[in-house]
Amino acid sequence: MSAKISFRNVSRQFAHHDGASFLALDRLSVDVLEGEFVTLVGPSGCGKSTALNIAAGLIEPTGGEMIVNGRAVRGPGPERGVIFQQYALFPWLTVRQNVEFGLRIGGKKASERRAIAQRFIDLVGLADFADSLPKVLSGGMKQRCAIARAYAVDPTILLMDEPFGALDALTRVQMQDQLLDTWSRERRTVMFVTHDVDEAVYLANRVIVMAARPGRLYEIIPVDLPYPRTEAIRLSGAFAEIRNRVWRAVYHQSARPPDSAAQDNEREIR
Amino acid sequence: MSDSAEAPATSATARPWGGRRQLLLNVVAICGGIALWGAAVSFRRVGLPSPEQVAARAIELIRSGQLFADLLASLGRVLAGFALGVTLAIPVGFLMGWYPIARGLIEPFVQFFRMIPPLAVIPLAIVTMGIGETPKVFVIFLAVFLSSVIATFQGVIGVDKTLINAARVLGAKDATIFRRVIIPASTPFILVGMRIGLGSAWATVVAAELIAAQSGLGFRMQQAELYYDLATIFVSLITIGILGLAMDRLLLALETRLTQWQERM
Repeated sequence: MSAKISFRNVSRQFAHHDGASFLALDRLSVDVLEGEFVTLVGPSGCGKSTALNIAAGLIEPTGGEMIVNGRAVRGPGPERGVIFQQYALFPWLTVRQNVEFGLRIGGKKASERRAIAQRFIDLVGLADFADSLPKVLSGGMKQRCAIARAYAVDPTILLMDEPFGALDALTRVQMQDQLLDTWSRERRTVMFVTHDVDEAVYLANRVIVMAARPGRLYEIIPVDLPYPRTEAIRLSGAFAEIRNRVWRAVYHQSARPPDSAAQDNEREIR
Repeated sequence: MSDSAEAPATSATARPWGGRRQLLLNVVAICGGIALWGAAVSFRRVGLPSPEQVAARAIELIRSGQLFADLLASLGRVLAGFALGVTLAIPVGFLMGWYPIARGLIEPFVQFFRMIPPLAVIPLAIVTMGIGETPKVFVIFLAVFLSSVIATFQGVIGVDKTLINAARVLGAKDATIFRRVIIPASTPFILVGMRIGLGSAWATVVAAELIAAQSGLGFRMQQAELYYDLATIFVSLITIGILGLAMDRLLLALETRLTQWQERM
């Protein structure tokens, strides 16, 4: 299988107002395979969101190459759907109009737009709220609407930036199950940024652990648990074992990152 | 002074009247204010006209058609200046918010002229534009333009960057982002600017008419002053207040309608 998303020595430097600069991302090299679900986890300042935004085409790398579908990234594209932590729904549009937004830009006919939008509104369980404005929706419902909106334009890649970060713990677990359910039915390549270790392990084929100052790859940990992921898996010993390993990688990072080990790991799994 | 004469000044910040009880309280307060005014005039024998005298004069002026003619003259100037000001302010505000170059070029002028009360421009306007309608409309235009342009500009630069990014990742290019994100997102700001602009337009027209006009509510007051005709002055003031309030409510209704999507605290 070929790499769908390829970070090749991708770096990003940000300039401060006082002229000093800081390295948000230092030579990240990771391949994400087609249909894979990878999560990026790490302490704040590890560059995980920066990496995602570079893949989305919202930030340009200052070094290295960002390759998606075999081509260098030049700005955002409809083949890459992005889900933001703050939902980013257009508050003046109804759920349906939000979901249709990308389809309208894509030049789809009204009847076609409506059919596609309805399908994804149903898929995320918002049929009863299709004609409501975002202000009446709960946080979880807003994020489901954002997911439907991203899915509607039929991207082959989903980039999710702490999408459940603002939700309460219970809603979060429900959203994780729904996301996996949607993903199993509408298979996409997913890159998912989170700071929640449990979430990272529960969702992913592979967990990419990053380190901070400068933001860089620390370790890639495979999650050899079957899908569909269930509560039984979440509470299993095998899950706990992987979770503990990721936890230690995130919270007890050694001074020297096991970069080489990470690379070996990657080759080993795929 | 009566309550209603002060209405235009406070109406810009007034909250929409909600509920029947609130409305009842408002009516009670207005009646109370008029009663107080009547009592003050009859007890202390101050040199002000009583509510009855003012009402009588109002009927007189309405019957003769003079009040309506004055009102029309003032309203015409306000609407002309307001329309011109808003029509120019919205594109200029968008330009300033969207293109940093336009902002750099325009902002110094806007900020500078904002510091000059529009009324201070009247002498210059009369000297250069004559004593016709032009200088008065121009001064109102200036007042409306300056308040609306700042509001529009603030609205555009205040648009949530995440919304712009959300549109971009859905395939929107600049023109689409402008039309489908920037314009709707900044509408609430523009409407607030329009309301403030209308308030200052109304304030400016009366003052302009006091200084130089042959018609309008301000002119009528200035004439009445010469003859110590306080009742006519009162009628004019109350008319100005009611009209200003009515226009503000109209804009508020429009604002509520167009921005009902906003999450209100």
